Amino acid sequence: MFYREAGDFKTRYVDDSQTFPIRFDRWRYYAVLAVAFGVVPFLINDYWANAVFVPFLIYAIAAIGLNILTGYCGQVSLGTGGFMAVGAYACYKLMTAFPEVSILIHVLLAGGITALVGVLFGLPSLRIKGFYLAVATLAAQFFLVWLFNKVPWFYNYSASGQINAPERTIFGQAVTGAATTPAAKYLFCLVILFSLAWLARNLTRGTIGRKWMAIRDMDIAAEIIGVNPLTTKLSAFAVSSFYIGVAGALFFAVYLGAAEVGEAFGIQKSFLVLFMVIIGGLGSIFGSFAGAAFLVLMPVLLKNLLVGTLGWPTDLAAHIELMIVGGLIVLFLIVEPHGLAQLWRVAKEKLRLWPFPH
Amino acid sequence: MPDEILYAAEAGLNGLMAGVLYALVALGFVLIFKASGIFNYAQGVLALFAALTLVGFQNGQVPFAHLINAIFGTQIHEFGWHLPAVVAILLTGAVMVLLAILIERLILKHLVNQAPIILFMATIGLAYFLEGFGDIMWGADIKKLDVGLPQGISDTVESVTDSLFGYGFFIDRLDIVATVVAALLVLSLTLFSQFTKYGRALRAVADDHQAALSVGISLRFIWVMVWSIAGIVALVAGVMWGAKSGVQFSLSLIALKALPVLMLGGFTSIPGAIVGGLIIGMGEKLFEFFVGPMIGGATENWFAYVLALLFLVFRPQGLFGERIIERV
Repeated sequence: MFYREAGDFKTRYVDDSQTFPIRFDRWRYYAVLAVAFGVVPFLINDYWANAVFVPFLIYAIAAIGLNILTGYCGQVSLGTGGFMAVGAYACYKLMTAFPEVSILIHVLLAGGITALVGVLFGLPSLRIKGFYLAVATLAAQFFLVWLFNKVPWFYNYSASGQINAPERTIFGQAVTGAATTPAAKYLFCLVILFSLAWLARNLTRGTIGRKWMAIRDMDIAAEIIGVNPLTTKLSAFAVSSFYIGVAGALFFAVYLGAAEVGEAFGIQKSFLVLFMVIIGGLGSIFGSFAGAAFLVLMPVLLKNLLVGTLGWPTDLAAHIELMIVGGLIVLFLIVEPHGLAQLWRVAKEKLRLWPFPH
Repeated sequence: MPDEILYAAEAGLNGLMAGVLYALVALGFVLIFKASGIFNYAQGVLALFAALTLVGFQNGQVPFAHLINAIFGTQIHEFGWHLPAVVAILLTGAVMVLLAILIERLILKHLVNQAPIILFMATIGLAYFLEGFGDIMWGADIKKLDVGLPQGISDTVESVTDSLFGYGFFIDRLDIVATVVAALLVLSLTLFSQFTKYGRALRAVADDHQAALSVGISLRFIWVMVWSIAGIVALVAGVMWGAKSGVQFSLSLIALKALPVLMLGGFTSIPGAIVGGLIIGMGEKLFEFFVGPMIGGATENWFAYVLALLFLVFRPQGLFGERIIERV
């Protein structure tokens, strides 16, 4: 009825190539934005910010980053945790070295540094593929974590080996440090996520995104029709690492406040983000959001249910949570290997035809 | 001979022994990858699960005791018997076979023809599940595994090397046992795959799924068989590592150690897994010995990966891997 192209006349080329061609989709998108920017900041409290919203926003950035590399360009990476650590430590070094510069610039610069590191570790992708590459990216994961553990310069020679985010402000509002209000944390992450997601969506619709997808679908064929594999693969590594680096910087500076590299950015992080991308849907920006939301919300729900409602011991609940997460992942892959994004696509297709069956 | 060389030789020899254990884990990966094209991340957790089950059977623990106590408020922990090691090992082997059947029934059957990355993610999900399951079933505390394997410094090796070079090598007897067991295991696997009917079927499936299907080989049976064999290899690896450093969560991380071994040796080659394991084991001990003190130590975490990475840049299919030929 309301979800279809009919009656929505496109009179300019700009209209024709817009991101959301269906009017209902457009309004839904504006409505979500209005709620996210206009309603949530006034209702948010400490628990909701720390348990749900801030991790969701940050993981969504990381998931978009990994989705660009794995979903759009087809290069499987297990080094996400390591690259997040690069973003976090770059941000920390910049924050402490140049306290007068805005934190926003530091976060973006941290992303840039991570992009450089990502390109370096992306070089083997020109020679190796598939699982060999996936295992090769594990080298980045272990080497980077070891590096940040062993070289005291990275954590400013602090005795505990931890890094602590000092207080930094934007427009007079603290966004890092202990005095930050939940709304400030939320809005800071939301603004960055919004601009990065907008950028990613448009990148993947343009020339560069098409090149990535050509390499993903068949790299030799892509090379023959004139896609340069060197620049395409490395640009995917660079853009992806930029996103992941920004996510790492925010994860450390805004969410955790203090971090120890092995614990915060271990191999588990790499798998977690990869799960988000797979469960959300490879090659879909919406999927990155859906996957991040699913994997952030589910443990919170399970914990509330098992410990809060049933009153089981926490260690038992933690093991059951592991089992359920593992079981759900397998179940998901069996039922819908293309992820939540595919379910969404099917639902939209059904909605277009509704109330008719065909 | 100067002491420096002797120390290095000792470190290298110890590395070789550790390499055998890596190779044991890598072997499980290779078997499954060859037969079904699945990169089985759960191999390390399988080893952990096998070792946990073995200890549980030996000590007569009640499975799920913690869960039962939490739900019904009871206080039960043990049946109060101790099984001999041989019986416990046989029972654990049976559990691993059962597990293989369940995995095939519940997971693999539904994921035929999916992209490799999807199958890989499924095995990660399986790893999470088994990790939680093993902990709930047998408890998460660190356990001692004792199946009667010799432990401690080998006096024979020490006295022989002492009389030869004037310096006694420190070699753990457990490592020697592990080497012998691994050699026997590889030998029997090779004999099995070369000279039995099922071994031939296995190699046929590894060569070409569709061709194997068309001559009447049951793919599902072969998968169950391969996962059972991988489970039993995991049991052996779990016993060796468990006897060395106790049965605990970190046991499942040996899977990560086996990955560079696979890259070096090639995903599809059994001799590759062995040679790769030996190279990695020796390389990381020697690197730690010579270079480690200069750059702060603990290089063992990443050395294997970087070595494999550099190696792959020059030979993308690994030492013994099949040549990759691509067509459009």
